[in-house]
Amino acid sequence: MFEAYAAEAAGAAHGAHGEGGGLPDPMHQFEIKRLVDLDVFGLDASFTNSGLFMVIAVVLITAFMLWAMRRQQMVPSRSQSVAELSYEFVANMLRDNTGQAGMPYFPFIFTLFMFVLALNMLGMVPYSFTVTSHIIVTFALAAFIILGITVLGFIKHGVGFLRLFVPKGVPMVLVPLIVVIEVISYLTRPLSLSVRLFANMMAGHTMLKVFGAFVVALGFLGGWAPLAFMVGFTALEVLVAFLQAYVFAILTCIYLNDALHLH
Amino acid sequence: MPQLVPGDWVPQLIWLAITFAILYVLMAKVALPKVGGVLDARRNKIQSDLQTAEELRRATAEAIASYEQALAEAKQKAHAIAQEARDKLNEELSAEREKLEKELDQKAKDAEARISEAKTSALKEVDGIATEVAGDLVEKLIGVAPAKGETEKAVTAARQD
Repeated sequence: MFEAYAAEAAGAAHGAHGEGGGLPDPMHQFEIKRLVDLDVFGLDASFTNSGLFMVIAVVLITAFMLWAMRRQQMVPSRSQSVAELSYEFVANMLRDNTGQAGMPYFPFIFTLFMFVLALNMLGMVPYSFTVTSHIIVTFALAAFIILGITVLGFIKHGVGFLRLFVPKGVPMVLVPLIVVIEVISYLTRPLSLSVRLFANMMAGHTMLKVFGAFVVALGFLGGWAPLAFMVGFTALEVLVAFLQAYVFAILTCIYLNDALHLH
Repeated sequence: MPQLVPGDWVPQLIWLAITFAILYVLMAKVALPKVGGVLDARRNKIQSDLQTAEELRRATAEAIASYEQALAEAKQKAHAIAQEARDKLNEELSAEREKLEKELDQKAKDAEARISEAKTSALKEVDGIATEVAGDLVEKLIGVAPAKGETEKAVTAARQD
């Protein structure tokens, strides 16, 4: 069913906004709309719905953190507790995976986790746009992370960083094979990291849209079953939104640990 | 799929870079130092409070120890004083008893001496009376008064039988 709609959407491509064949197009929600056309040095820097939700995420995160920490109390208020909780959650995640050596990168990991979490959660709001459901966004983040970590690894260990691809205790005969496998697995990291987040977000939102369309199509008599399913599935999607942000951040920590400590 | 429209990639990437960089700066320079500062301050406060509590606990333990030492010393002192008093009393008592016993001994000895003296003097008088009675009896019997020395000799001899 999903493939059918996905194929239809792909076939319809741009411009076919929805109502083909009675049911609304579930991929319509992922379309990029240019809100303000901008051209910077020949580059298309238009402010799109995607950019809008990125800005909303930045504003929300910053506003929350600053509002929660407006009174820096010894005994925290409820909002301050939440801000501290998010801080300690990410700090513990980073410390557990990389030890004290990873702490200088805490602001980056915190920003990454909060940004992805906010974008995922904003996507759960009806009529909003899910920035992380676009492979280009998640791939850019993942590629930036893996590139940065690789550069960091070479800075920390020099050419010795290449030992990462030769695990200890491997028989000499197997080394060439293992090195090839390790290099391939390293190179697929940005792909797996980005596709995991993008596919989860896109699939979840497509499912929501499809079942939402069923509720309308089946009407007052038959719409209750997909509606009940939607309620449960929405809760699951909120969980997935959090979980994928967590997975994205913790995998970044694990990759960072490889660069800091080899293995 | 709207995700696979390359023309839409550039604006997304540009705004991703802009927003992520802004968020990173805001978090790293403004928000996180605030949270970290509060957490550090709280950790230090707890640490110092625990330290103070530990110091107070040690001071209490010391006070209790010194109190107990003082108590033990006082007990020992009281015990020593009592012992001393008891010893002194015993000494005085035994001295008095000795003195009393000596006096009683003396008195008993004196009494004995007096008794033996009285006894000898009484015996002497008995001897005299016996001599006189014997003399008188002899005189009455034979009409001749015997010599005093002879009756005495006879009386002594008789008494010694």
